[in-house]
Amino acid sequence: MTKQVKKIICIVCPRGCEITVELEDGKIKSIKGYSCSLGKQYAEKEVVNPERILMSTVKCVGGDLPVVSVKTAKPIPLSRMIEASKALADIVVEAPVKIGDKIVENLLGLGIDVIATRPCHKQKEE
Amino acid sequence: MPDRITKKDYDIVVIGGGPAGLAAALKAREKGLETLVVETRDRLGGIPLQCIHPGFGIHYFKEDMTGPEFVYRFIDKLLSTDIDYTVKSYVNIAKYVSPMEKKLEIITPYGTEIVRTKTIIYAAGARERTRYEIGITGPNPAGIMTAGEAQTLMDMYGVMPGKRILIVGSGDVGLIMARRFVLEGAEVVGVVEILPYPSGLIRNVQQCLKDYGIPLLLSHMVISVKKRNGRVSSAVVVKVGENFKPIQGTETEIECDTIVIAAGLKPRTKLLESLGAQIDPRTKGPVVNEYFETTIPGVFVAGNALIINDYVDYAVEQGELAALAATKYVDEKGIRIKKPVKIILGRNMRLIVPQILTLTSDALFYGRVARPEDNVWLSFKEIGFKIPQLKVLPSIMIRQKIRLDKLKSIGTNALTVEVMPRD
Repeated sequence: MTKQVKKIICIVCPRGCEITVELEDGKIKSIKGYSCSLGKQYAEKEVVNPERILMSTVKCVGGDLPVVSVKTAKPIPLSRMIEASKALADIVVEAPVKIGDKIVENLLGLGIDVIATRPCHKQKEE
Repeated sequence: MPDRITKKDYDIVVIGGGPAGLAAALKAREKGLETLVVETRDRLGGIPLQCIHPGFGIHYFKEDMTGPEFVYRFIDKLLSTDIDYTVKSYVNIAKYVSPMEKKLEIITPYGTEIVRTKTIIYAAGARERTRYEIGITGPNPAGIMTAGEAQTLMDMYGVMPGKRILIVGSGDVGLIMARRFVLEGAEVVGVVEILPYPSGLIRNVQQCLKDYGIPLLLSHMVISVKKRNGRVSSAVVVKVGENFKPIQGTETEIECDTIVIAAGLKPRTKLLESLGAQIDPRTKGPVVNEYFETTIPGVFVAGNALIINDYVDYAVEQGELAALAATKYVDEKGIRIKKPVKIILGRNMRLIVPQILTLTSDALFYGRVARPEDNVWLSFKEIGFKIPQLKVLPSIMIRQKIRLDKLKSIGTNALTVEVMPRD
């Protein structure tokens, strides 16, 4: 039987709770220090398979800004963040873009889409 | 939703179209006030527009959102009302005429407008502290910028600021940008912090630095910047001892082409000072009562112009509170102060708002401690009110509401807020 204690800083909200997870043979024995259910869920995930939301920008042509901000609709494995970010480097979209518009489908085969988080309006003629 | 000034008289003019200002304008309109929002940038939204990372709205919307998603909830709502707003505009001159009249000269793309208003909510945010304010003097080669400037460049305009980046100061914007730089293919050679602990939120140390193995150099400072061909080429970093004095022999030269200053924010106060509002040397923002009213009657403040907030949710909360206060001001023709109570900073308290109480309303306090401490009471001494705290940190803002009936039990004209050890 192998016992393990992992200390985690919760990133769900800015409070930054320090959560202690006790593991026995890789199974969670106890979780302490969280202050909400989201934090507990986060800790359960974090000790096994850390995941993060990826945020980035992609080029947008014909818009009022040259880029539109995007994120993965769900968290992706932390270990694939850089690879995922690189995959977004060559994406170009066309204005107008609305919040929530799908920018990339099934990023890196993870089954997760990339969606717009900021509108990009068509450039007005002034 | 006229995107220009349509009237000569308003009940309320909100200066600043960021989260605090938008929330204030929406609340004021909901309460029936004739409202105008003045924004200097070319669009409404303020700083969250460029904060493309998640972590917004957990408290306010109970959802995890990015900055633009968060602030567009307010923008879209505002655009569906008849609130006047004007972008690419700024208040050049503000004059206090009488308790129920302030005169504003507003510069807009369509000319100079003179507007009269009963109240003002100043929600113009903060500015970033510069390299000079943290002692990095000397020449000014290309490649030195603040974290917010780097963020605007990258996340509004898609321009990479550099390839090998050193971040000075561990404020949240700097930590967040460290991660952005790495994700976009730059190398972050380190984050230099003069204090023995990070000044940003712990979660940002985790998800922005530790996640990507970026070194955090605590108790270190930059003593000089070297340049080559007009661009930053390296920074000399030194360990500091007590009183932040450099320790001789610990100098190391770190090669980099970009230095990003993340040394925190300072409330914008220029216009408030021109009106004669008293400024608090601790918060660097105005002195306010529990209505977030400055020492100028009918001039209210919210968001980072009031106090540097940890969460956008607090800025929104302050905006809404200030709008309710402005409504009361308009309805009752002023907020009467009989015998104000002064807030005194006691043991381990660095700053607090409000600094004055009129004892006519519940009070919502926001403050920061001076140094980290475990297992303490947050105590409001003269009313015998104390709340246990497992941990206090300068980077985590204290927020505490105290009800009027409790406040009224005070027998003196001073209330001490202090952090006391708990046995």
